[in-house]
Amino acid sequence: MRILVNGDSREVGAADLAAALEELGYGGAIIATAVNGEFVPAGARPAARLRDGDELEVLAPMQGG
Amino acid sequence: MLRLYEAQLRSRLLLGSARYPSPAVLTEAVRAAGAEIVTVSLRRESGGERAGQGFWSIIRDLGVRVLPNTAGCHSVKEAVTTAHMGREVFGTPWVKLEVIGEEETLQPDVFGLIEAARILCREGFEVFPYTTEDLIAAERLLEAGCRVLMPWGSPIGSGRGLNNLFGLKALRARFPEVPLVIDAGIGVPSHAAQALELGFDAVLINTAVSQARDPIGMAGAFAQAVAAGRAAYVAGPMEPRDLAAPSTPLIGKAFLR
Repeated sequence: MRILVNGDSREVGAADLAAALEELGYGGAIIATAVNGEFVPAGARPAARLRDGDELEVLAPMQGG
Repeated sequence: MLRLYEAQLRSRLLLGSARYPSPAVLTEAVRAAGAEIVTVSLRRESGGERAGQGFWSIIRDLGVRVLPNTAGCHSVKEAVTTAHMGREVFGTPWVKLEVIGEEETLQPDVFGLIEAARILCREGFEVFPYTTEDLIAAERLLEAGCRVLMPWGSPIGSGRGLNNLFGLKALRARFPEVPLVIDAGIGVPSHAAQALELGFDAVLINTAVSQARDPIGMAGAFAQAVAAGRAAYVAGPMEPRDLAAPSTPLIGKAFLR
């Protein structure tokens, strides 16, 4: 299926968020995730099913004022 | 000692981590400032570059407390969701809550800010709201559960110092027991000294340090200004007056012609 990852269209085979993150290269990373604007805590990622067209945001620590 | 929520702090200088020429300069600037709190943010991470991972290891190595912000959020929902994500990533209940109302001045939307603060305080966050000097907004933020307020000096990144001295003094006088941190707009160390002289508890600086020709040198200059301003406040500044008052006593002056 195709989903939007941080605004970019990507093809993923994984059906749930945890597996998709592995597939997209985020394995072991310190990140926070949201699907369709809703925060998905780390513990809920394996149970979070992805659907075609979902919008995934993957955020990490960055500089800030 | 400065107390912000349960934290006891020696330093009254909080430092932002954005726009330094390099990570090494950021590290040295934090040390030169003696800062114990550094603000951080969350941004999109690429699975290929994973830039945020390196940044986070630099911040962790500093051994400071981090204050995650919700910079760039314009709605209550966006700010609340960003706060949730920050709490998970940074493992802290602290959040520097920004709900921006207007693009030109980046002025806080105090209505959205109060609503978001109410939600987050109820959920156990320790909220540092980026607000204006408005007394009623301050009152509502405290009612919402905030125990620190961060009024702006002037617009973010403008370097204009304390724009509304009357309003800021009124805020200080109205809430003598609430820790007040001047956040945004400080351009030079004298602005920071002035804030501390007026009795503000601390200042949060970013651009004035990171965009200086020598950020490390400027961080040290701010540390001295903050220490001097605080010492002056504690020592009790004199009241200004309109006319001259001779400092040398006139009594006993010789009668000469």
